[in-house]
Amino acid sequence: MCLAVPGRVLDIEERDGTRMATVDFGGVVKEVCLEYLPDLQVGEYAIVHVGFALQRLDEESARQTLELFAELGMLQEEFGDPWEMAAKEAGTDPLEEVRNP
Amino acid sequence: MKYIDEFQDPELARRLLDDIHATVTRPWALMEVCGGQTHSIIRHGLDQLLPEQVELIHGPGCPVCVTPLEVIDKALEIASRPGVIFCSFGDMLRVPGTGRDLFQVRGEGGDVRVVYSPLDALLIAQRNPDREVVFFGIGFETTAPPNAMTVHQARRLGIGNFSMLVSHVRVPPAIEAIMSSPSCRVQGFLAAGHVCSVMGVEEYPELAERFRVPIVVTGFEPLDILEGVRRAVRQLERGEHTVDNAYARAVRPEGNPAARAMLEDVFEVTDRAWRGIGVIPDSGWRLSPKYRDHDAEHRFAVDGIRTAEPAECRSGEVLQGLLKPHECEAFGTLCTPRTPLGATMVSSEGACAAYYLYRRLDLPATTTVREASPVV
Ligand code: SF4
Repeated sequence: MCLAVPGRVLDIEERDGTRMATVDFGGVVKEVCLEYLPDLQVGEYAIVHVGFALQRLDEESARQTLELFAELGMLQEEFGDPWEMAAKEAGTDPLEEVRNP
Repeated sequence: MKYIDEFQDPELARRLLDDIHATVTRPWALMEVCGGQTHSIIRHGLDQLLPEQVELIHGPGCPVCVTPLEVIDKALEIASRPGVIFCSFGDMLRVPGTGRDLFQVRGEGGDVRVVYSPLDALLIAQRNPDREVVFFGIGFETTAPPNAMTVHQARRLGIGNFSMLVSHVRVPPAIEAIMSSPSCRVQGFLAAGHVCSVMGVEEYPELAERFRVPIVVTGFEPLDILEGVRRAVRQLERGEHTVDNAYARAVRPEGNPAARAMLEDVFEVTDRAWRGIGVIPDSGWRLSPKYRDHDAEHRFAVDGIRTAEPAECRSGEVLQGLLKPHECEAFGTLCTPRTPLGATMVSSEGACAAYYLYRRLDLPATTTVREASPVV
């Protein structure tokens, strides 16, 4: 969880008095709070941590980092299903409760 | 240099490595502070590509690992209460408290939910006004500002059924504690890049000066780490000890001023216990009195819970760079990612787990390590 992942701003809107953006992380799209980078614009890149944009990043280094993360499976760790991963670690089958409710 | 083809830019990696090899004349011990860096190092075998004289020591920079056992126990207690929706980041699910973890609490009927962002927990609170919603707020300076903003929003929007169990930690006091230990071998630091994205570098010159130790702000991609090592080794060979920013694409000297201002408003500095290490003065944050209403520790009266750690686990020494994971007797036998004794094994960012998963065992061939399937 200490990973901060670069993403590209697709869209910006105000919600409940808070500046929010839709951000694309190499295919995974998430809602991101822009309160700490209020002048970030659509099309720009930022490093995002637990749903908050924390610092601007230039396009080239963002792209490189994303490619590397994808290659290393780190995006799966960051955005994958935590229950499934926890179940795997616990040695139980995550689908069991679905199959035998 | 057998793994070098895996680098995004193998040519650049080779040049950095050549430069490091040409610079080193004596042994040096560097500590990478961030757990993400540790993983990158082990995963890419960076420590094996570096000259033998350069030793990388793993630091305490994994928030999941350093969260004290008694805080986990407080979380388990709150999560088990009827009427509570307990929200957490996914990587806390399997961190062992005394006897169980959040994953098991959910199995026993507790309403434990995983969120990607603390704001998701706030949304859950808004949608469930008749329930108490608690968010598990742990992490370093990178995670603290999102959590601070969330508490601020809860207060601003008057969301009374939202509270946070806060156990945030700060890097500079940990560096100070490590350097002050009589058994300390660390001669240079690779500081955690994303922590500095928020805090900037202003906290470090005083430490670099006082302990005469170079501090190089470093990202966690393999090339970033090689560059961080290169700059740290250069300084050491020249007898210098300054703060150097090798991650300028994400770190401005002043960090993120808006985030820092929010941290100051919502939190106050406090002593914190680090799992396996013990209390480090001024090394953490708690909610400031203004936000007491949103402090889960008070709301659920769990401040009395006290817990001791398992005696076999030596994660404290691992976290301080005094012991390599595989030197712990329980490593790979009593303690595996499936049956973790300490959080440095359960967290996929922990040093023990990193050694286990990437088979960096340096162990006799007979040791029983085959049972595991990698977590990742
Ligand atoms: S191997 Fe397990 S018991 Fe040993 S230090 Fe690591 S977490 Fe603790």
